[in-house]
Amino acid sequence: MIRRRTLLATSAAALAAPAVSKAQGVTKLSIYYPIAVGGPIPAIIDGYCKEFQTQTGIEVTPVYAGNYGETMTKAVTAIRGGTGPQLAVLLAAEMHSLQDMDILVSLDELGLDAEGRKWVEGFYPAFLANSRVDGKTWSVPFQRSTAIMYYNKAAFAEAGLDPDKFPRTWAELAAAAAKLTKRDASGRVVRWGVKLASDAGNAQWTFGALANQAGHILMNEAGTETYFNHPKAIEAMAFWRSLAFEHKATPEGISAWPQLSPDFLEGNAAIIQHTTGNLTNVRDKAGFPFGVAGLPGKEGPRTVVGGGNLYFFKQANAAERAAALKFARFLSAPERAADWSIRTGYIGTRPDAYETPALKEYVTKFPPADVARGFLPVAVGELSTFENQRVYKALTDNIQACLNGAKSAAQAMVDTQAEADRILKPYKRA
Amino acid sequence: MSGRAIGLQPARIRAIGMAPIGTRWLEIVGAWMLGLIWVLPLLYAVWTAFHPAAYATRFDLFAPLTLHNIQLAWEAAPFARYFLNTTILVTLILVAQFVLCTPAAFAFARMEFPGRDFVFAIVLLQLMVMPDVLLVGNYRTMVHLGLVDTILAIALPYLGSAFGIFLLRQTFRMVPQELDDAARLEGCSLLGRLWRVYVPLAKPTYIAYGLVSVSYHWNNFLWPLVITNSVTTRPLTVGLSIFASTDQGIDWSIITAATLMTSGPLLIAFLLFQRQFVQSFMRAGIR
Amino acid sequence: MAGVRRETLQAWALILPALVLLVAFTHWPAVATLVDSLYTTPKGSRPPRFVGVENYVALMDDPVFWRALHNNAVYALVTIPASVVLALLMALAVNTALPGRPLLRMAYFTPTMLPMIAVANIWLFFFTPDYGLFDRIVGVFGMGRHNWLGDAATALPAMMAVAVWKEAGFFMIFYLAALQAMPPDLKEAASLEGSSRWNFFRRVTLPLLMPTTLFVLVNAVINAFRLVDHVVVMTRGGPDNATTLLLYYIYETGFRFWDTAMAATLTVVLLALLGTLAIFQFGVLGRRVHYR
Repeated sequence: MIRRRTLLATSAAALAAPAVSKAQGVTKLSIYYPIAVGGPIPAIIDGYCKEFQTQTGIEVTPVYAGNYGETMTKAVTAIRGGTGPQLAVLLAAEMHSLQDMDILVSLDELGLDAEGRKWVEGFYPAFLANSRVDGKTWSVPFQRSTAIMYYNKAAFAEAGLDPDKFPRTWAELAAAAAKLTKRDASGRVVRWGVKLASDAGNAQWTFGALANQAGHILMNEAGTETYFNHPKAIEAMAFWRSLAFEHKATPEGISAWPQLSPDFLEGNAAIIQHTTGNLTNVRDKAGFPFGVAGLPGKEGPRTVVGGGNLYFFKQANAAERAAALKFARFLSAPERAADWSIRTGYIGTRPDAYETPALKEYVTKFPPADVARGFLPVAVGELSTFENQRVYKALTDNIQACLNGAKSAAQAMVDTQAEADRILKPYKRA
Repeated sequence: MSGRAIGLQPARIRAIGMAPIGTRWLEIVGAWMLGLIWVLPLLYAVWTAFHPAAYATRFDLFAPLTLHNIQLAWEAAPFARYFLNTTILVTLILVAQFVLCTPAAFAFARMEFPGRDFVFAIVLLQLMVMPDVLLVGNYRTMVHLGLVDTILAIALPYLGSAFGIFLLRQTFRMVPQELDDAARLEGCSLLGRLWRVYVPLAKPTYIAYGLVSVSYHWNNFLWPLVITNSVTTRPLTVGLSIFASTDQGIDWSIITAATLMTSGPLLIAFLLFQRQFVQSFMRAGIR
Repeated sequence: MAGVRRETLQAWALILPALVLLVAFTHWPAVATLVDSLYTTPKGSRPPRFVGVENYVALMDDPVFWRALHNNAVYALVTIPASVVLALLMALAVNTALPGRPLLRMAYFTPTMLPMIAVANIWLFFFTPDYGLFDRIVGVFGMGRHNWLGDAATALPAMMAVAVWKEAGFFMIFYLAALQAMPPDLKEAASLEGSSRWNFFRRVTLPLLMPTTLFVLVNAVINAFRLVDHVVVMTRGGPDNATTLLLYYIYETGFRFWDTAMAATLTVVLLALLGTLAIFQFGVLGRRVHYR
């Protein structure tokens, strides 16, 4: 019944206002979406698209294309193949690379009026950190998070640590992690103190947070230079390495991102550094009391933002661009941003989302949901350069070599810098 | 030279190829150990898929059975559509390969024409240079043809199959020339002879080749991954890989359920027809 | 004369459809790839520029390429003999009157029917440190845990194990077919001469299996360079390129970095490698094969 009514309403609207729908000239959009299927997210996105269609008559088809890296690949190959989407949610950090491919259209070119510009200003500044270059805004924050720590309170209590006090400095973290690491009679580890993701696609995110914790930014704003061989970057790498080789509180070698939450839920890792977007999942599945905390830092808490923004593609015609912008504004409306945050754990991208009754109530009932937001003031943007994926690979390879014991922290960072310099050479302005 | 001609006792014949009892037992145990290792991943997948998630990493004989994981996996991604895509894909490839390779194989096997050996050598090149490694070149071609993200684009590089031509040519060459001549005397056309004499006699080859082709393309991954972008074209393998790459962490129960689901039809078909499968391989002379 | 010409025309008409497709999607892309490898990658508004062998020079300087080449060589040198020998052993085993023979044959063959992409997920669990199957098993024997896929030393061997597991059963079928087609008279003759089991195998069975071995080898070599599905799922080439194989690197360069020129250059190298191997196999090994 509801469906029929909607259908009737839509067609009635179309009949009643042919001029409007002609002026729009578009009723279909497709959006590439990075998922992580298996979670509840596709259903939520599908729901938003349906609601948007009911409101505007514009049909948005989401294409779920795998994780961030895969979605990036798919979106770009599709656009190059001439069948691409009009918009996509991709890593905020891909801005320079996408721009370099000359397939993006900036928000300014989409025709923002004064009110629209005000809307852009309404996002948390940290989430726009990877959106702006040359005075233009290239993407709209949506599926945004920061790195946060999930910790097993039962394990904390067992190790004689205060479950309500999470480490705030590197030294405290290392000490706590060492205490939390539990071995059986034969010396075999049954629980690791802490696990950080170091696999391809995630290592650079972990490292971005660590670098910020040492008080260091890894690249310039133009995305043409990197600063890996800086002593502070080396210090960050050395700390990560020491968790494995000195404190023996994290496994040597790689720990893979997809494995972290099963490890945590299994009780195999007492602390994991993960995305806020995993909060609802952990809340539903953890069989023990757990806590959420901001990342520590060398001296005090520091973190990195992450996640995906909405990008708009050049190939869309004027009507499609207008429709795409409309969709972006629809998604970031306060009550939707609030709903999104409650149902996934991602951070509401705008302060006004936290003014809504729904989110206010949720945060009061479930305080961990508001932990990450408190760390936005100490968060930096993600590592983002031209040839982003290549620089990521250079960094990831070296991080992995370092965590495998094949390279020292200094060596790994010097090698990363050399490789990044080689990759970015064509982009350096004289 | 034949043993039978000299009247050899059966007992002695059996004696050869048989080892002393101890060694024999060792062999049997070894063979079965190997077999066990070989099915272990499948057994694990079945175990995990049909038990609650809590038992994914621990083994308990009395764990309750459930279809919940299968249901969750089925609902979490458009697997029905993926099944349809894969079915269309393998059918398209199989039919086209049969239709295209049969006449070519016949010409190479039974016809004389200038340049035959050279062209055949060109064809055989594909046995080494398979389309799978030519991702970059073929992707560009598909862009030019405007076929990116179509099922046809997944299939196209595999339609002209050197393996199929080679296999059928070998089989057609074994067909007695007299049968061909007899058909010719009866006034059969070229295509008539091919259809009535050669194709029926090559049935085992078609079955064996068909099975290889279907299982190959059911399982193929990298090229479909490159060339497809959307749900309407994605085959099962690509759908599964997207399903499995998760941001929130692996859920083994659901992943294994999806894994079983995607390989299920092929696996069941194989279990049902495994005798025929092996026999058609043998009769097809693929060895 | 007219008859000959007619047969020629007919023959070409029969061949042409298959040949056109074959050339269009094998030979043409190979040539186009070669041409592409001599140009730069077009970027945004910058068109491709002819650079001659510059891409090849750059490739020589690329440590990841050498790593991939090295990995692939090790991968091929281990997985090919291992899977072929195992296949032969399996075929010999199920060719005798063994208890539960059909079941065993099925067990060996099952991996062939499962998509690599699917089983890779299962193996991923087996290799999971601490509570994965392998660590459970070695734990029973009192050995410590191991980060199988996360340790540069064991990641490639782990991938090789998966490949051998996947391939051996497929090759077994070919050996089995050949064994069952072997004339029984041979054994009888051999038994008359009183030759031992090992001698019989070495002097009679093995030579007769040579054509099969060649066929299987050709397939094994191709697969060693063609099959990278498990790399995509399990390691993405990591840690630090320890499991990067050539085709995976081509995929990464071409479709993650969109450096089509470099991907083309890599493809040409891979094609040259496959070509050399083909010549070697058919030329050198082929001559030693005794066709019946």
